Amino acid sequence: MHLSETVSSGFFFLAPWLVFAPLTGLLINAIFGKRFSERTIGTVASLASGAAFVVSVLLAYSVSLNHGEMVRWRLAEWIHIGSLSLDWTFRIDSLSATMMLVVSGVGTLIHIYAIGYMHEDVRFKHEEGRFARFFMFLNLFIAAMMILVSGDSYMMLFVGWEGVGLCSFLLIGFWYEMDTLARPSWANSNAAKKAFITNRVGDFGFLIAGFLMFWYLGSFQFDEVFKAAPAVAESAPWVIVAITLFMLIGVAGKSAQIPLYIWLPDAMAGPTPVSALIHAATMVTAGVYLVTRSASIYTLVPQAQYIVAMVGAGTALFAATIAVGQYDIKKVLAYSTISQLGFMVAAVGMGAYVAGMFHLITHAFFKALLFLSAGSVILGLERGHHAHAHHAAHDDHGKGKKKKDDHGHAEEEHGEVFDPGDMRNMGGLRKTMPVTFWLYIIGTLALAGIFPFAGFWSKDEILLDASLHFTSIYWQLAIAAFFTAFYMGRQIWMVFFGEARSDAAKHAQESPKVMTVPLMVLAALSVLGGALNLPFEGFHNLGHWLGHTLGEVEGLPLDLKVAGISTALALLAIVISWFLYGRNPLKTGQIDPLKKPLGFVFTGMENKWFVDEGYFALIINPFKKASAFLADVIDWRFWHDFVHDTVILGTYNWLSEIALNKYADQKGIDAFANWLGTATQWISENMRKIQNGFVRSYALSVMLGVVLILGYLIFK
Amino acid sequence: MVPVNYYVALSAVLFSIGALGVLIRRNPLIIFMSIELMLNAANLAFVAFGRSFELQGGQPFFGGQIFVFFVIAVAAAEVAVGLALLVEIFKTKKNINIDELNSLKG
Repeated sequence: MHLSETVSSGFFFLAPWLVFAPLTGLLINAIFGKRFSERTIGTVASLASGAAFVVSVLLAYSVSLNHGEMVRWRLAEWIHIGSLSLDWTFRIDSLSATMMLVVSGVGTLIHIYAIGYMHEDVRFKHEEGRFARFFMFLNLFIAAMMILVSGDSYMMLFVGWEGVGLCSFLLIGFWYEMDTLARPSWANSNAAKKAFITNRVGDFGFLIAGFLMFWYLGSFQFDEVFKAAPAVAESAPWVIVAITLFMLIGVAGKSAQIPLYIWLPDAMAGPTPVSALIHAATMVTAGVYLVTRSASIYTLVPQAQYIVAMVGAGTALFAATIAVGQYDIKKVLAYSTISQLGFMVAAVGMGAYVAGMFHLITHAFFKALLFLSAGSVILGLERGHHAHAHHAAHDDHGKGKKKKDDHGHAEEEHGEVFDPGDMRNMGGLRKTMPVTFWLYIIGTLALAGIFPFAGFWSKDEILLDASLHFTSIYWQLAIAAFFTAFYMGRQIWMVFFGEARSDAAKHAQESPKVMTVPLMVLAALSVLGGALNLPFEGFHNLGHWLGHTLGEVEGLPLDLKVAGISTALALLAIVISWFLYGRNPLKTGQIDPLKKPLGFVFTGMENKWFVDEGYFALIINPFKKASAFLADVIDWRFWHDFVHDTVILGTYNWLSEIALNKYADQKGIDAFANWLGTATQWISENMRKIQNGFVRSYALSVMLGVVLILGYLIFK
Repeated sequence: MVPVNYYVALSAVLFSIGALGVLIRRNPLIIFMSIELMLNAANLAFVAFGRSFELQGGQPFFGGQIFVFFVIAVAAAEVAVGLALLVEIFKTKKNINIDELNSLKG
């Protein structure tokens, strides 16, 4: 498809730069990163991501100029085998443009934030050489995500899908030789492996769905699949059900739904900008995007849709309860992310694609904001910890004690390691980190769904849809929303109010501008993001915009009952959290006030309902045992000892020792050769007797010979 | 004229005596003499036959006589070499008993 033929105006020819701009940044940093200063590396990477954002804006503008018509921009031929013909084509419509804007927009802000964050992180971890590597991975992620959202076929989408999985792996394991507290350990790389392997399970489902699609629908290309699907749904509905459910496995892997969500909390091992960008705002929404993109297939099979919605709602509620019992500031947000992804999946499962996408966008804003603020809090504590340790060490100097080169290290070697991410070590940060505090409050209110923040509008739209169609899902989501407000309130009271529960929290310092300014932008978006799709006549902007791709749906008006219930629940939850954590702030070493009234329920929440342990007991340990059995009994004892050693080696030994060596060689060939030698020896031994040295006997034999010859000649 | 048979018979007797001498005696000088006897027995046979068959295809023929000269020349050379060897052997072994000269056995 060529520009001149189809599009009279617009910037569609820029589409490849969605991918190539971040790749350019990656290449520049890969080649010159060693020579660049940190500021230059960060600027290059941010500009590369920013360029992708500019291209996204221009593309979205072009789509609107084009009245929302989809445009396909073919870049290169990819696979042409038989009837299969796949190209690398960019699909630019209102849906993919929306995703591009979210990915590159939030991505760019996080790039800028990461300049400040990684500057300190690499110093706390004594590994400054990794700065450039981080930004290369981030740029690679943007490129892969762009391939994912702009692909025109399921296979191209899968390329991006795997690409972001790779980046996720690389970035979770960014500090691969240490744990999150910088102690030598394989904890981080194990988390990376866990994420990757769990995602493989999902990818397996996606691949099966792809194979079924190709077998029964004859193509991977979106439009062709959508065109072929209704006929197949008539003749063989189970095919479509199978495709959608296998696709759901992929969605559960990438978007962290039950039962494959377990990797996401562990993924918090990565640096905080990664948690924000990949594991909250963008990559994990790929599953939601996939379902939305496949809307035409899903709407054909309501029973599969219902399963998707139930999985989403179940995840939303389940993860929200776990978040209540967590102490790590990032773990709370991780479970919150799983829960919010559950909202989105439930929404797209119910067929409320606009609501799902709306929540995806607002969630990207406020969850990125929350994660980045949490990163700011962690670094603030980290700074406070080091400043305090430094201070203490100086006092030691005054008293004439031993000199320490690295105060932080020296202390870590002596005492127990300080965890700057543990909320029990925080408290009272409202005063020491005021900017972060206010940003965090905005993010929390948006996530809790308080009017008029962005989360209120998007979450309410989902709840409204659910209340109209599926009552059970509505109640699950409503209760999840209640828990959401509760654990966020708990977090706020624990982190920012009360007394400082550690020296580090007492000496915490505010983060620099390079980190807070992107946060302010995100905060503004979190406040105003709801304006994208207000539930009033004439304000369903996102609905109209996505309607070009997903088919026009009538925007729902605001339902005061639903909005009232959810707001009341949220406010109630915040009040309860204040009652428990705000009224009597936690003291140092005090156990969680929920522990007593809830008892074993809270123990379950604290321990993630023992799901990981369950997986270990049900899958991983039997798997390990099976592997051990296979390795020891099958491979070693049977295959190696029996088949190789006994059968093959034994046969060979018998053949060579007995048959060939003993009989053929020793008794045949050797015997003949020895007989030759012996015979020669015997002959020569007897012959040498003739050669006795007596000249007369020679003469006699000569004479006898003559006599013999003459006799023969005479008497013949 | 004496018939050729007689000569041949004499030659045979001489040759046999010479051969016996070679085989029986241990003194190399005697052996040499016996060899001379055998050679000369052959010479006698040569000249005897040369004399009996003077014409070959109607032409005079002296093959037998000429052969005798060759034999005499070779015998002289042989004796010269043999005696020189004997002298050398005697110098090293102080002894020329032929039965003790068996160091060339296999």
